[in-house]
Amino acid sequence: MNIIDIRNIFKIYEIGDVKVHALNDVSLRIDKNEYVAIMGPSGSGKSTLMNLLGCLDTPTSGVYNFTGENVGEMDDNDLAEIRNREIGFIFQTFNLLARSDALHNVELPLIYAGVSASERKERARKALIDVGLEDRVYHKPNELSGGQRQRVAVARALVTRPSIILADEPTGNLDSKTGREIMALFNEIHGQGNTVIVVTHEEDIARHAMRVVRLLDGKIEIDEPVTNRIVPEPVA
Amino acid sequence: MDIGETFRMAFSSLRANKLRAILTILGVAVGIFSITLIMTIITALQSSIESGVSALSKNTFQIQKYPAINMGGPGSRAKYRNRPDITLEDYERLDELLTSAKYIGAEEWQFGEQVQYEGDETNPDVSVAGITAEAQNTNDWIVEEGRPINEGDVDRANPVCVLGADVKDNLFPPHINPIGLTVKVSGRPLQVIGYYEKQGDMFGQSRDNFVAIPIGQYHRMFGVHRRSVNITVQSFGDEDYDEVIDEARGHMRTIRKVEPWDEDDFEIFSNESMLEEMNEITGGVEIGAMVVGFIALLAAGVGIMNIMLVSVTERTREIGVRKAIGAKKRNILTQFLSEAVALCLLGGAIGIALGVGLGNFAGSLLNAQAAAPFGWIVGGLLICVAVGVFFGAYPAYKAANLDPIEALRYE
Ligand SMILES: Nc1ncnc2c1ncn2[C@@H]1O[C@H](COP(=O)(O)OP(=O)(O)OP(=O)(O)O)[C@@H](O)[C@H]1O
Ligand SMILES: [Mg+2]
Repeated sequence: MNIIDIRNIFKIYEIGDVKVHALNDVSLRIDKNEYVAIMGPSGSGKSTLMNLLGCLDTPTSGVYNFTGENVGEMDDNDLAEIRNREIGFIFQTFNLLARSDALHNVELPLIYAGVSASERKERARKALIDVGLEDRVYHKPNELSGGQRQRVAVARALVTRPSIILADEPTGNLDSKTGREIMALFNEIHGQGNTVIVVTHEEDIARHAMRVVRLLDGKIEIDEPVTNRIVPEPVA
Repeated sequence: MDIGETFRMAFSSLRANKLRAILTILGVAVGIFSITLIMTIITALQSSIESGVSALSKNTFQIQKYPAINMGGPGSRAKYRNRPDITLEDYERLDELLTSAKYIGAEEWQFGEQVQYEGDETNPDVSVAGITAEAQNTNDWIVEEGRPINEGDVDRANPVCVLGADVKDNLFPPHINPIGLTVKVSGRPLQVIGYYEKQGDMFGQSRDNFVAIPIGQYHRMFGVHRRSVNITVQSFGDEDYDEVIDEARGHMRTIRKVEPWDEDDFEIFSNESMLEEMNEITGGVEIGAMVVGFIALLAAGVGIMNIMLVSVTERTREIGVRKAIGAKKRNILTQFLSEAVALCLLGGAIGIALGVGLGNFAGSLLNAQAAAPFGWIVGGLLICVAVGVFFGAYPAYKAANLDPIEALRYE
């Protein structure tokens, strides 16, 4: 079954008299445990598409079936629940809570999932260890490097054990070494049977995936499998 | 998420903005403070009155020309002044007629007098009571040493006196027994025949700084028609108390020839009636305090709303993040509501602590017992919650309904 199935999606912004077709008749199906890279030049609609896939945004028109259910018919609470339970979202700009330490940031989705405080702390700590931040648990975002922040964001996305990971330029702010580490992490998550969708404009990063979807001006231009796939070394 | 968790989060977010939180809290604190302060003073006074240090002794009531507490507006004083004085003859008639009473005494008071013994003198703040013998019973003045003023002293207007405990202590060193000595009261030599037991203070005033003399002697010293006589009556017990009051009222009307259609030209008051009047006054003050407190809370509430709106705007991105990772509307709603309530509760707690503290301090100056108006403390905290919910509702609603994507994009 397609975990993601979008058909004829349009996302149109109207600024004054000008209409921007951020997404222009996009249809896309993604199966469980696929590893997809979304590419395209700046402004081509990658983030817009990711926000739609992540149930954060709603399309101007078109249908989105998430695990067989029509997202357009869900109310705010249902959407919040899907975001919380099914989706791990890693933002282009981290979006960590500036005043909270790493542990609390990672705990946050578990709070809204209704997990008890003690279990929450344990799982959050474990998620931070998994991304190699065991000695940065009580650091606030402004006390962390860019790569460390990115990893906190990854830990937060993974802590709820979502079945689908959406990462918008997860390596955009990182040096190539840290970038490779993050990609190795994704590879591992994918290896555990989860679905991973990564937005990137770097060919090297895209080659970690098994399928590449190329956007141009809000349209899918190319949708093809990756032939020369890079399989990173597992994280130590 | 349980309540404890919610409030921990609320307080930690208030800590992040200490100064602003404190300023906002101040408004609430002032409102709640003004209410609790006044309520504490009132409660302290009331509990003091009620717990036995009553103005009158048990089963006793007083008949006077003037009411105990004058609450009428301007001009009401004139109404009482125009009543005929209660005379010693009125008292004597009542003493004959009112056979059901245990004791009936008459007394007149002169304030601000001086007592001298040889070279020593008291401050000119001693009260002189001209009394009949039974007034000592109705007042519960118990002679510690010597003898009380008796019927014979009163009949012959003997130049004798019984000292209140303070006067005795102020004028004589402990090793001197004043009985049999002659003191000068307001310049007149009187022989000390005894002194009374200490009665203690009420409302910060000593009740022992007086000298009792036979009423006839008092009239010689201060004139007969200077002031109306107070009559104090004691019944045998609780059961016949109201009856005795009614009878006394009837006899007084007869004695003073009050026409059936006229109202009494005298006041009868008991501890109960004084308490009632006291409560009427405090009731007025209570309402005043509530109005002041209410206005202050209203202003504080507007302040809370303003701060919460600012906070929502400032934290738009935070709200976006929370929603993006699964916060539901009601999570955001409770988060901001509980912050508003936490602000109000903090303010309320400070206000209550200050109010009860200062109220009791003021009460202690009046020698009232320490008290805490529990009803008002609980009520005050509930009011705080209500203010927080009411004024926090709109900002919280606004936050809860932010669109996650718009909120995340907010700069
Ligand atoms: N809120 C908005 N209002 C108006 N136009 C918008 C809005 N969000 C996106 N757009 C427009 O939609 C188009 C696609 O934006 P999007 O953010 O999806 O691009 P992107 O592919 O993620 O680019 P980048 O690689 O720079 O992140 C852009 O032309 C942008 O101007
Ligand atoms: Mg983008």
